[in-house]
Amino acid sequence: MATQPIPVLEEAAGACVDAHGGAIGMPQLCVEWVPNQIFWLLVALVLIYLLLTRIAMPRIGAVLAERKGTITNDLAAAEELKQKAKEAEAAYIQALADARAEAARIVAAAKADIQADLDAATAKADAEIAARSAESERRIGEIRASALESVTEVAKDTAKELVAALGGKADARSVTAAVTARLKG
Amino acid sequence: MAAEGGLPIHPMDQFIVKPLFGDGPVYWYTPTNVTLWLMLAVLAVGALMILGTRRRAIVPTRSQSIAEVLYGFVHNMVEEVAGHDGVKYFPYVLTLFLFILCANVLGLIPMSFTTTSHVAVTVVLALGVFLGVTLIGFARKGAGFLSMFWISSAPLALRPVLAIIEIISYFVRPVSHSIRLAGNLMAGHAVLKVFAGFASVALISPVAIGAMTAIYALELLVAFVQAYVFTILTCVYLKDAVGDAHH
Repeated sequence: MATQPIPVLEEAAGACVDAHGGAIGMPQLCVEWVPNQIFWLLVALVLIYLLLTRIAMPRIGAVLAERKGTITNDLAAAEELKQKAKEAEAAYIQALADARAEAARIVAAAKADIQADLDAATAKADAEIAARSAESERRIGEIRASALESVTEVAKDTAKELVAALGGKADARSVTAAVTARLKG
Repeated sequence: MAAEGGLPIHPMDQFIVKPLFGDGPVYWYTPTNVTLWLMLAVLAVGALMILGTRRRAIVPTRSQSIAEVLYGFVHNMVEEVAGHDGVKYFPYVLTLFLFILCANVLGLIPMSFTTTSHVAVTVVLALGVFLGVTLIGFARKGAGFLSMFWISSAPLALRPVLAIIEIISYFVRPVSHSIRLAGNLMAGHAVLKVFAGFASVALISPVAIGAMTAIYALELLVAFVQAYVFTILTCVYLKDAVGDAHH
């Protein structure tokens, strides 16, 4: 059934391939093909090496470095913003505390002012009251003194009139002495 | 290999290197299916890392955030595993990671060619790391780089023995580093092919297709995990060259 091998196949057949194009033993051990494999392998390796070192690796390395840089920058920016937020919060709290302190200070100052005014007004009123009562005292004293004098006058006059009415002859000096003694009495 | 009347399963045929144009012999410069899928991996890396980031947005789009996640993932890995001094070599580590990841995932497209399933490819990658680490180590530390083989925390009598073991393990690194990647992918793809062959038998095809689906999911995981493993081992080796303390 096997056809007569055609001359071309006969020619192609060598130490490693039989007349039907089948392998004789292991093709891996065929020395005839080794130079060809080594040559083309070296070509392929050099090509891959050049493709990688000239184009692929710088590109990927740059992309990875850029990404790393971007991530680092973003993290740093986030950290900075966080710091800023913290500062803003601290500033807000500080402002709040300041405002409270200021308010308390103003309240205290107002209280102190009012107290001072009140004290001054009280003192002034006290002083006025004291002055007025002293004036009144003095006037009462005067009135009392004048009343006393009037009483003496009236008493003397009355005594003179009485003495005269009774028919006596009264000299003014003795009547006065008698009234005075009596008033002291 | 095709057995007459048997199942048409050729799990290893998917690894054959063919010229893209015609059927001539494969010279070192011949554009082959290896070339095609390597260049597709280059395009995939370009689409992921350059097209996706063309807007340079501060708030990334979906495609840009994929590029950024890949960048950040490998950058952190280099910084944490290899130390701060290792970051200088981050471009090369990223190149390795993205190339292996794209090649692995592209290899899962049906009918595709998985460049990283070939030891020739992974050995070049691993030897590049091995020679690079050794040169960086000697350049940075001079003869002091050799002190990583002399375990000063071990008893003196044991140190020569440990030194021999350490040296052997050091030189085995590129082998394990490369075979791990190529072996994982080759095995996974071969298994997928085997189950695909079984799927042509009506009786077991539901099972075979179910198994293929499951293995495909596993292979998708493997594609990522192996890219990750290769890269983190690169960082671990780099630490020996640039780190100050021995682990």
